Amino acid sequence: MNIAVLSGKGGTGKTLVSVNLAAAAGKSTYIDCDVEEPNGHLFFKPQNVESKYVSVKIPLVDESLCNGCRKCVDFCKFNALAYVSSKVLLFDVMCHSCGGCSLLCPQKAISERDKSIGEIQRGISDDVTVVSGIMNTGEASGVPIIKGLLEYIPKSEEPTFIDCPPGSACIVMESIRDADYCVLVAEPTLFGVHNLNMVYNLVKLFGKPYGVVLNKCLEGYNPSEEFCIKNGINILGRIPFDNELGTLNSNALISVRESEKYRALFSSLLETIKKEVQA
Amino acid sequence: MKIAVPADEKSLESGVCPSFGRAPYFLVYDTETKESEFIDNSAATSQGGAGVKAAQTIVDSKSSALLTPRCGENAAVAIKAANIKIYKTIEGSIMDNINALLEGKLSELEDIHPGFHGHQGGK
Repeated sequence: MNIAVLSGKGGTGKTLVSVNLAAAAGKSTYIDCDVEEPNGHLFFKPQNVESKYVSVKIPLVDESLCNGCRKCVDFCKFNALAYVSSKVLLFDVMCHSCGGCSLLCPQKAISERDKSIGEIQRGISDDVTVVSGIMNTGEASGVPIIKGLLEYIPKSEEPTFIDCPPGSACIVMESIRDADYCVLVAEPTLFGVHNLNMVYNLVKLFGKPYGVVLNKCLEGYNPSEEFCIKNGINILGRIPFDNELGTLNSNALISVRESEKYRALFSSLLETIKKEVQA
Repeated sequence: MKIAVPADEKSLESGVCPSFGRAPYFLVYDTETKESEFIDNSAATSQGGAGVKAAQTIVDSKSSALLTPRCGENAAVAIKAANIKIYKTIEGSIMDNINALLEGKLSELEDIHPGFHGHQGGK
């Protein structure tokens, strides 16, 4: 059972929801796909951490074979190559590892080499296996790291919670690829509705079953709730805008492990989601 | 000697384009023949890497100097690899800047910015 947690922007509560669902589930796997700034590990403080590097292919030009035809430079849609002073220059941060240049080179002057773009760390926090992707600063795309992270989804039926990057771009699409169900976290503001709409359209496009968790709920009118009702979207649960929860979270504590009230709230949310997945 | 300048319009009297990589045109001015040629910057509409592609155009134009208000680091690497000097432009038209260079009044561009690459605004 793979549950992806998404939102249209950062700071909505994806990590709060996915970390606490995993903690409430007991034996489970938490995968932090927000590779630009993973923070789930700050809450879990995993032990026995093992890491491995993630690399991509970049071109390696053999100058003795290059005849300066520039087919590679003209082909590269990302402008990662230039031909200056009888040499091919590579701007590796721009390279998207498509491999086109090496396939195209009539002189067979271009081969590929590995370049590290980040790492994956895996550790344990109580019953939860915590897997985090960390991308090196300045890299163009975290998608190769996400692909590596998804290999950590256990084969068993054990629940896996995928903490997605914010937004609805390629990297999020890759993160929900193997999800059986998508949980969309929304804030009670007009801006929150706009962001909810982005991920709502994304999960519909991908044909994934989904439901919404309303976070930071205050008394009175909630534009995100209204959006859900208007569009017939299932509201899975509500998390209050609460001082206790905010304090626990700000101290990097997992609410489910610290507070009876929040253990009950997230356990109940987990049961609701499990029923939805099986439905 | 040929001098390249990013241009908003195909006129020596127009101002220097504030962007290098995404300038619509490049003027290539030949100081010996006094001929000027405006070339389209095919990099202007690139999704990414406009600076590198624009630099390639400058390299291919066989210019010896580039006059620009600013330049990203990737573009600067490519331009410097071709031994083209980058000078910082001053207020005034393209022609004013060419004259300033010829009179030795332009200094080399030192503040190479790290690039914008989609999201980061400002410097």
